[in-house]
Amino acid sequence: MSVFKCRGGISGEMPSNKSVSDAPITQFVSCRILKDHRLQWEDLWVREGKILNPEKLFFDEEGFADHKVDCGNKIIAPGFIDVQINGGYGIDFSQASGDIRRGVAQVAKKILEHGVTSFCPTLVTSPPDIYHKVIPELRVQDGGPEGAGILGIHLEGPFISEQKRGAHPPKFLRTFKAGGVADLMETYGHLDNVALVTLAPELANSAAAIRELSGRGIVVSLGHSMADLSQAEEAVQNGAIFITHLFNAMLPFHHRDPGIVGLLTSDRIPPGRMVYYGMIADGIHTHPAALRIAHRAHPAGLVLVTDAVTAMGLPPGQHSLGQQQIDIQGLHAYVAGTTTLSGSIATMDMCVRHFREVSGCTVEAALEAASLHPAQLLGVSNRKGTLEFGTDADFIVLDDTLTVRETYIAGQQVWRK
Amino acid sequence: MKLIILDDYEQVSEWTAKYIRNRIKKFNPGPDRFFTLGLPTGSTPLGCYKKLIEYHKKGEISFQYVKTFNMDEYVGLPRDHPESYHSFMWNNFFKHIDIRAENAHILDGNASSLEKECQDFEAKIKAAGGIELFVGGIGPDGHIAFNEPGSSLVSRTRVKTLAMDTILANARFFDGDLSKVPTMALTVGVGTVMDAREVMILITGSHKAFALYKALEEGVNHMWTVSAFQQHPQAVFVCDEDATQELRVKTVKYFKGIMDVHNKMVCTVSISLYFFY
Repeated sequence: MSVFKCRGGISGEMPSNKSVSDAPITQFVSCRILKDHRLQWEDLWVREGKILNPEKLFFDEEGFADHKVDCGNKIIAPGFIDVQINGGYGIDFSQASGDIRRGVAQVAKKILEHGVTSFCPTLVTSPPDIYHKVIPELRVQDGGPEGAGILGIHLEGPFISEQKRGAHPPKFLRTFKAGGVADLMETYGHLDNVALVTLAPELANSAAAIRELSGRGIVVSLGHSMADLSQAEEAVQNGAIFITHLFNAMLPFHHRDPGIVGLLTSDRIPPGRMVYYGMIADGIHTHPAALRIAHRAHPAGLVLVTDAVTAMGLPPGQHSLGQQQIDIQGLHAYVAGTTTLSGSIATMDMCVRHFREVSGCTVEAALEAASLHPAQLLGVSNRKGTLEFGTDADFIVLDDTLTVRETYIAGQQVWRK
Repeated sequence: MKLIILDDYEQVSEWTAKYIRNRIKKFNPGPDRFFTLGLPTGSTPLGCYKKLIEYHKKGEISFQYVKTFNMDEYVGLPRDHPESYHSFMWNNFFKHIDIRAENAHILDGNASSLEKECQDFEAKIKAAGGIELFVGGIGPDGHIAFNEPGSSLVSRTRVKTLAMDTILANARFFDGDLSKVPTMALTVGVGTVMDAREVMILITGSHKAFALYKALEEGVNHMWTVSAFQQHPQAVFVCDEDATQELRVKTVKYFKGIMDVHNKMVCTVSISLYFFY
């Protein structure tokens, strides 16, 4: 007879699959997966919420799949990560009324439909008491059937420029006294669970604040600012690595002073560091030609964000954002009574499709701009934003029109069309 | 010996894959009766593997009751290195078919005792009832597996130091850096392959032509180890036109003349197969 490695089985019976773990193994077949920056005809293996290495499973554990899922030749990509989203479906993250956690949870659940598996709830410029109340309620947490995971809070303001405040209420803007931790704590109250802070580097004493925040592992982003390029470069040298919605709420590109936009091709970025930039690719906040210029100048740094506001997902009309009223007209959201845009109501999958369409980039590049790049920005690409072995099995199934058909978190299907 | 001469590499791959498919189906393996298959690595059998995967996906063949024994593996190369023969077999064959890992045997080049690993491999083959069909390729120096010129024709599975020619030929897979190329390998012996009930050797390309000539038209010689199969009762050599370039016209004409008979062996299997001895 043959020499099996039998575990309690009769000679001739297939041995059990239980070597390293008893957990069931799922194999997704007939799919193209985004791996090594290419769509490849490969199966995706998942066990215990992580992407599994099937070769190791085969040779080390003599294991095999318990379930096979036929994906009908569709695309599997890492779940999208939205690092700038202010609310949606009537929920405003910056409002401190009612059950804050429940409101965030409602949005977290709905954005699964857009292929978003992780996000950073964003708070616009608010008074200190709002920050003190809301920030402790928004904890970093894993996603699941209840909704997308929270990777941390994005604090957009209040240390921003008055002239470039956009939709942010002017009376709650602040400047740094010394820029040290005392200033930040006085305003925000807590910095735990904060993943990003957007500020204007031309504000006095910003350097100290930037160093303090970067030192704590918080991504410092430049935005809502009048900074020129050298001020922006200095901020990068102090640790800033992101630009909040490029082109919007900053000085326009000028050929003798490119401003913050010039960071995309600056030669004064510290070696080994990269500057990422958020783009709202909703067809409204940025002209397609500008989107193309940015993408061609620095494709690796492009991070798609929605900057979605409360009204995202709601019918046209008036709604509240932070401490202000906004007005929805079609796909546009304005500060009520003005023509100032106050954030978008696009969804992440719409942004991915729009980006691909107007930039002519590859499907892989469009998908990575919404998954890999935000993960790299947040320093979590060792577990999110990719389909590498051992990373969290947060992924989406899309068809060739890049419409999301199914969303998975930790290997579990949490939404299907 | 049967010499199957086909037009090109694609035809060789298809013929070989069909032959293997038919042999397995005729054997009709089951849970108590596995079909044991010896397998090679390298560029020559790649096309054949692709075809076998295609037949498997069409439902024409299952590997559930097939046991495989690979010919060789490098010593000291991490098992998950992209150039290891484990990686080759996983990526080019195993991951696309329904074989279970416990039925796929490849020598472990990182075993703590290489000698014991070789002995265990021989024991596994014996315990499996011997090999039904051993498929192999041929090196430009006429070697089968890593049985380089000078290897004993009755050798068994053992550690071999690779010839400089082989190391140079392999350098292209290791970024051209000779220091990265493994210098030793575990390999089945000529004797091990001779023990198989049937042997099938694939030879394609003009760079293999001289070795094929030495293997078929000259005597049995340990400097061209594939020549050992002249003394095997059931040997099939499958080659393309290019590989026949050093053979006598007479030899080529004879075997081409009986291709009709040989081609019956690769028809879609229904009930019986006609074997020509």
